[in-house]
Amino acid sequence: MTEPAPTTVPVGESLKARNDRQARANRDAFRARGLVVLNLLSSPGSGKTALLERTLSEYGRRRRVGVVVGDLQTDNDARRLAGRGGPVVPVTTGTVCHLKADMVARAVAGLDLAALDVLVIENVGNLVCPASFDLGEDTRVVLLSTTEGEDKPLKYPRAFKTAHAVVLTKTDLAGPAGFDRAAALANVRAVNPDATVLELSARTGEGLGEWYAYLDGLVARRAG
Amino acid sequence: MHEAGLATTALEIAADHARRRGAARVHRLTLRVGDLSGVAPEALRFALDALSPGTPAAGAAFDIEVVSVECHCPACDRPFRPADVIYACPACGRISSDVRQGHELELVSLEVS
Repeated sequence: MTEPAPTTVPVGESLKARNDRQARANRDAFRARGLVVLNLLSSPGSGKTALLERTLSEYGRRRRVGVVVGDLQTDNDARRLAGRGGPVVPVTTGTVCHLKADMVARAVAGLDLAALDVLVIENVGNLVCPASFDLGEDTRVVLLSTTEGEDKPLKYPRAFKTAHAVVLTKTDLAGPAGFDRAAALANVRAVNPDATVLELSARTGEGLGEWYAYLDGLVARRAG
Repeated sequence: MHEAGLATTALEIAADHARRRGAARVHRLTLRVGDLSGVAPEALRFALDALSPGTPAAGAAFDIEVVSVECHCPACDRPFRPADVIYACPACGRISSDVRQGHELELVSLEVS
């Protein structure tokens, strides 16, 4: 007996379809509750958690802010953020180098989303993989600290290209680090001419007013 | 780093289509991987080779078509292939954020019997 000749079957299915479906479901749920959702991306150690500590303590007095914080291991970041007034949900990804939409769906399942104005998802510290996975956020924010290379936007273009806002952090360390601000800004602009650019120091508080005003703008746009 | 999960998804989709067609074997998977998909084609191939035994696609050929980035220049109103990560139009120099292809990551077709 001979085998039947192979036939070609058209498929045309995305390999990320499952994540994309869950991301759409998340986005629908967030929008239905009028929630502003940020996906915060950066290398490890760029200051995501430090920025969120002050954001929860200070901006959290004006708006109701919740945080989902992803890490490969430990809930250290969640403990740093706890007790500042808003709900903080840790997600430990184990060996997975990025958050996925279903992890976010599970994390927010226990939150009263209608009681929040802003939900910040602190992604795993990694500028590569998180850029490829939609979580259902409406605003993607990428952090670049002054203690990193000015050419990070050129080395990790996908993360920076998909950002709605790029935040230069640790501006208080720019001098000691020999940070070339003009070169960094030029590199951000080269890969993403449309992003909002903010500069701040979570330690000194410099520039935090502009960050909170940016968040206010997102909330106002969502309400409108 | 996430190629194994994506390979598993591709093999599951392939097995599902084969089952629905009453086919026992999948001989070939044709995939399309964009330069911006965040997936390394060789890592995906390695994962498919490693994970396909025991599935209907055991021993299948994996054709991976790499799709390069194509942008559209709003000023010139025409497509262009960027030379590097700065998507500058070769004709007018304007930087484009209108990416028309390069994000692809899909299972295009199968050969089954």
